[in-house]
Parts: sequence; C-alpha cells; structure tokens
Amino acid sequence: MNLVQILFWFLSALTLFSALMVILSKNPVHSVLWLILVFFAISGHYVLLNAQFLAIVNLIVYAGAIMVLFLFVIMLLNLNKETEPKKNIWMKLAGTIAGGCFLISVSNVIYNAQTGSAELANKATLMGKGSIGLIETLGKTLFTDYVIPFEISSVLFLSAMVGAVIIGKKD
Amino acid sequence: MPIQYYIYLALALFSIGIIGVLTRRNAIIVFMCIELMLNAANLLLVAFSQMHQKIAYAANPAATNGIEAQLFVFFIMVVAAAEVSVGLAIIVMLYRNTRSVDINFLNRLKN
Repeated sequence: MNLVQILFWFLSALTLFSALMVILSKNPVHSVLWLILVFFAISGHYVLLNAQFLAIVNLIVYAGAIMVLFLFVIMLLNLNKETEPKKNIWMKLAGTIAGGCFLISVSNVIYNAQTGSAELANKATLMGKGSIGLIETLGKTLFTDYVIPFEISSVLFLSAMVGAVIIGKKD
Repeated sequence: MPIQYYIYLALALFSIGIIGVLTRRNAIIVFMCIELMLNAANLLLVAFSQMHQKIAYAANPAATNGIEAQLFVFFIMVVAAAEVSVGLAIIVMLYRNTRSVDINFLNRLKN
C-alpha cells in the first residue's frame, strides 16, 4: 500500500465516522463541529484528486462561511441537549431502515454495473496528476465558456441576500 | 484509486444524509444532513472528472477533459451558500413563531 492509498482509506474512514457522529450527536453544536470535520476530510479527498481549487473553496465556503452561519444560528436560538426534540423510537427505526434499503439497493445496482458492463470496469481516477483542478485552467474555462452562468450566480446571490433579509426581518 | 471506491464512499455519505433527514426532528440538523448529501454529490463529481481526465491524460497531459464537472461543483457550492442563507432565515423565523425548531411544528406556519 502506498501513501495515496493509506491517505484515501484514512480520509474515507474519517469522513464516514464524522458523518455518523453528525446524526448521532444529541447536542446540535457537536453536530456542527463533526460536520466541519467531514468538510475537512472531503477537502483532503479533493487534494488527493488534485482538485486544489475546489479543496480550498470547500474549506473557505463550507467550513468557513456556512458552518459559522450554522453556529451563529444555533447559539442565537440557544439550542442544546435539553431543547432537542424527542422522536418516537419507531420513527427512528423506520427512517434507518429506509436509508439502509436505499444504500443496499443502489450499491447492488453499482455492483451489477461494474461486473456486467465495461462502463465502470477497470476505470480509475487520476491521483495527484493532471491540470484540470488547478486554478489557472479552471479560471480560463469559467471566464470563457461559463461566463454567463457565473454572472447569473451573482444575481442569485443578490436575490438570496434580499430574501434572507426580508424573511428574517422582525415585523 | 478505482472509481468504485469513490462511488461507494459517496453512496455511504449520501445514505447517512438520508438517514439523518428521516430520523432527526431538529430542523437545523435536517438542514446539515442536506449539506452532507450535497457534499457526497460533489465528491462523486470530482472523482468522475478525474476519471475522464485519466483517459485523456495518457494521450495528452495538457488535455482538459472532465473540467466541466469541477465547474459544476463550484456552482453547486455557490447555490448551497445561497440556499443556506435563506434556509437559516426560515428556521429563525420558525423559531420566532413557534419557540422551537421541531419540524413537526412547521404546520403551524399556515395560520
């Protein structure tokens, strides 16, 4: 096993464990902290795949901005273990079974796809090489082929900002 | 790494998100699980982009095959940031009206 494989398995285990802890923690603040760990692990995956720009953007936007917003709201509402709504054990069991059924059925589809067709068999990802994840190549494509969606997303941000202010306004 | 490892990883992450949405009643945790599912999709898009790059890379190391997937991930992050700001505003409004973040009380908003 070389270093890339060791890092892949370590980051995968970290991602899944932290994601489980997000939904198992009783305290919402702990959930947010575990979710930040998930985002760091996924950024590590991006670095392994040489998607350096996305790794940094993931850290800045998700772990930096979005999670701080979540923490602000949780602390503003003063949520903790005591205010956590209790759910019926049967509902929890039903939700877990439904999610498990989804996992089993889709993994069976993927297993059949990789054994039954050449579409997925013997395909691998390029690790640590290639130039498409670099900011130079991405920026060139973003500002030539995808410049209209990029500008439209600024309108989306403006409308989201106005919407958030109007919804959150005390009236 | 073989592509199916990434597919199974993203699938497991997505299923954990689904289980979280179905089993938790705190609206903020439900919202965080949606972020988890978005990230599973992002990880899969990046893995597939590098898979297409590997095929083209053998012939031409400067090829840009698969760059669209990484731009899609960028736009997904943009939309997620906008979605979170509006969604958290809705949750704050829900808390102000019902004094709770239990999603079962969302039906009170119609009155």
